[in-house]
Amino acid sequence: MKKNTSKFVATVAGALMATAAAAETELTVYTAVEAEDLARYAEEFNAVHPDIKINWVRDSTGIITAKLLAERDNPQADVVWGLAATSLLLLKSEDMLEPYAPVGVEKLDPKFVDSGDVPSWVGMDAWVASVCYNTVEAEKAGLTPPTSWKDLTDAQYQGHVIMPNPNSSGTGFLDVSSWLQLFGEEGGWEYMDALHGNIARYTHSGSKPCKLAAAGEIPIGISFAFRGAKSKAAGAPLEIIVPSEGVGWDMEATAIVAGTANQEAAQKLVDFSVTKEANEMYNVGYAVVAMPGVAKPVEHFPDGLLDAMIENDFEFAANNRAAILKEWQSRYDGKSEPKE
Amino acid sequence: MTDTTSLPAGPLIKGKLSRDDLIMRGGMMVIALYLVVTLAFPLWAMLSKSFSTYRIELSQYEFQVSDDNGVFSGTILNGTQLNTETGAYTDQELSTGSDGRLSVTPFFPDFSFRSPVMYKIRNTVPDGRFLIGSNLQKGTDWVELDSNTFRRVQLRPIKATGVENFANYFSTPALFNSVKNSIWIAIVSTIITVTLAFWFAYALNRSCMRFTGMFRLVAMAPILVPSLLPGIALVYLFGNQGMLKELLFGASIYGPIGIVIGSVFFTFPHAFLIISTALAISDARLYEAASSLRSTPWRTFWTVTIPGARYGLISAAFVVFNLVITDFGLPKVIGGQFNVLAVDIYKQVIGQQNFEMGAVVSVVLVVPAILAFAIDRLVQSKQVALLSARSVPYRPKPHPKTDRIMLIYCSMVALFIVGMLAVCQFAALIKFWPYDLSLSLNNYQFDKMDGGGWGSYFNSIKMALLTAVIGTSIIFFGAYLVEKSNGFKTGRALFQMFAMLPMAIPGMVLGLAYIFFFNNPSNPLNAIYGTMAILVICSVTHFYTVSHLTAVTALKQMDTEFESVSASLKQPTMKLFARVTVPVCLPAILDISIYLFVNAMTTVSAVVFLYSPKTTLASIAVLNMDDAGDIAPAAAMGMMIFYTNAAARILHLIASKGILSRTQAWRSR
Repeated sequence: MKKNTSKFVATVAGALMATAAAAETELTVYTAVEAEDLARYAEEFNAVHPDIKINWVRDSTGIITAKLLAERDNPQADVVWGLAATSLLLLKSEDMLEPYAPVGVEKLDPKFVDSGDVPSWVGMDAWVASVCYNTVEAEKAGLTPPTSWKDLTDAQYQGHVIMPNPNSSGTGFLDVSSWLQLFGEEGGWEYMDALHGNIARYTHSGSKPCKLAAAGEIPIGISFAFRGAKSKAAGAPLEIIVPSEGVGWDMEATAIVAGTANQEAAQKLVDFSVTKEANEMYNVGYAVVAMPGVAKPVEHFPDGLLDAMIENDFEFAANNRAAILKEWQSRYDGKSEPKE
Repeated sequence: MTDTTSLPAGPLIKGKLSRDDLIMRGGMMVIALYLVVTLAFPLWAMLSKSFSTYRIELSQYEFQVSDDNGVFSGTILNGTQLNTETGAYTDQELSTGSDGRLSVTPFFPDFSFRSPVMYKIRNTVPDGRFLIGSNLQKGTDWVELDSNTFRRVQLRPIKATGVENFANYFSTPALFNSVKNSIWIAIVSTIITVTLAFWFAYALNRSCMRFTGMFRLVAMAPILVPSLLPGIALVYLFGNQGMLKELLFGASIYGPIGIVIGSVFFTFPHAFLIISTALAISDARLYEAASSLRSTPWRTFWTVTIPGARYGLISAAFVVFNLVITDFGLPKVIGGQFNVLAVDIYKQVIGQQNFEMGAVVSVVLVVPAILAFAIDRLVQSKQVALLSARSVPYRPKPHPKTDRIMLIYCSMVALFIVGMLAVCQFAALIKFWPYDLSLSLNNYQFDKMDGGGWGSYFNSIKMALLTAVIGTSIIFFGAYLVEKSNGFKTGRALFQMFAMLPMAIPGMVLGLAYIFFFNNPSNPLNAIYGTMAILVICSVTHFYTVSHLTAVTALKQMDTEFESVSASLKQPTMKLFARVTVPVCLPAILDISIYLFVNAMTTVSAVVFLYSPKTTLASIAVLNMDDAGDIAPAAAMGMMIFYTNAAARILHLIASKGILSRTQAWRSR
């Protein structure tokens, strides 16, 4: 009986090994890219590399980051394709990324490439903060459209603004870190103190403020441009406002996870991720991509968004993240809603 | 294990263990082991995590400073020593989270990033860590840096153990505020729910009102939906674009008001069930005595009715309190800026990846939950039989006026419950609230939204079925073993205690504890992490207690003589179990399985940390879609859960009727 079992196991194992050798390499790819885009990305990649199969593991930025950090000692992913650069910097500072300079990396805007000698990650596209402004509801409330961040602290907007909580939302954090960079440490907190008086509430996710503005639940939602353009396309009476001081942004980026067993296939994927084809592919949803000269205007995107993007210091954002969030929490979190 | 009889010491007489006894004890051990592995170990892992801190160990770093020409004198400065000299950081600043960083320039008062002074830094121990920019430096080699690069050096913490997390928690006003908020919300909701449920139950049991069957059905409906759903309904009713927003007179639904209304909705059935049971039985002789003493109805109510139902009332109050304080879905949807403990756990873990602080909040949340649970148990143990053999069951007499008032009251409560569900269904069918009110099925295209699409709905059904089947088998068998085996008193008492524990552990806490325990590469059970198995195990454990109690109650009704008879006929116990016990207890078994099914469909808190991209669930999809701002699809998915549970309930009813008529014929003569 026992002999039979072991024989059976041997046969099965042999069969499995044989199929593995004959079949394609499989890559486990962690991503925070919108679910509807994933099939398209995999298809384009497989047109070039039909022998590499992508197994997507998709979730929101916060959850994927938490998952990667939790698996620090036992990584499950081969590649991260499409995760916030600030998250990848966290992983880099934990020594979890395998530095690799993909073929053709020099063609990318240097802003989109990790500053290490051998880059640990390369950027794909940028998502940019914007203000979603519901014209119908604003008119009902008798508001005038704001044009700058400072405008939003005006008394007329009291209780009419929603923004994401930076403690749970990547978009919220990029807003806060951009204000600290734009207005300086002290000025930034002063600005947020004033803004806090106008905020109706802080949401958990970054896209919700814009969706709430689209649904007329609130006139003004601080969110990101991509979300606003989508809601506008769906027929919401939205105006996407780019504040004049400049807007914060973060990028989606690609990296190889240290310790992967499929180094070669992983490198091929990262090589592909910086090609012109890939950048054109990102351009379908994102107005700003890593390779200069590729991006075509995306429908409903506000003008002048590219110029408004600030010189973002990702290292500042990543290294001060814990301290900024703690300060933010002690100032604004858990207080009761502002009085109407 | 020793017998504690008061007889004088003599040789202990121990019955020889038969093969049957051994099998039963073995079985009990196996199920007890299951509870230990799925409950005690994870909770222990969580507790130890809450004491795991991160600290920047300054003594692990050494520095050298050059003169203006970049020449080093060779003087080595230690981090601790530098900090004592400069007083740059307080001790509290050195204890930090896993993501903590510490800048080194404050150690050098003369530091300027423009100066030509060079710096050297190294770890004194091989596993020391610091960052230059975002590059991690390990090993003990000296690294030489110019001033401008040196300011980018950040020290990283190492693991330590201590109570700093708790100190940190209680000194952060935002976090500590949640404790007050949670307790306050729970108390207010409890008072309202218990009052409403009491009068509802009173009307159904003590008046001659019509339509009691229908009201009973409606009152149970909220149990079939996730607790997030009332939150979504409230957004549509009282949000800024709400249909009835004027009723709030400018107050915002996002916050305590919303949480309380929603909590009343989803805890109502629980309170109603308990109070209704308490009111169902009453001794008519007491009322006769009251009326012959010419007591006013009001006085009778306070001296006879309320005291008779007091245990039910207290029990209902603690159950509701526990449900509200541990609920996570509702405050997440409608809580606005009003922070509560359960949401804090989520924010710490998912938002900030601060697992240690999540564990701390969990420990804080367990305290009131266990307290409420313990008081409830204590009260229930005091409950004495109200009905004796001489009692005469109380039958209400018709009072046209009171009955009409009761009918109006019950209709209002029923309208509230049905209304909330109807609003959700309505919202799900509207194309783009409030700008395009045409009907469409767009919101059912779940595959275009976050949360896993239709796949998550079918995952949920699969998970609920597995939970029902596996859970019922384990729980009923466990209850049988503990109820019907002989001797082994300590073991059985211990088992009972373990079986009661899950009730006191909030789902959120259990889920987090599972991460700590199962997502540990050195745990041999690590493989189930991220699979359907862990979701099923977590759900079975989470809902163990109520199912166990149901099973025990049913088994207690069976005389132990069955066991004696089967033993004297030399029949194996397992045969008796299969041939007699299971068929007789079939109603209870069906009740347990439907309870597990419905709860597995609606649970959010227990599984929110445990689902993986391949095992997304419908209830989680409701949460995630709402989180992303897709509120209408969230309502649509929530209603899918409702219909599924309602269908399961109806099937259960038909099945029980069919099976009962065949197997329970002996009950009626």
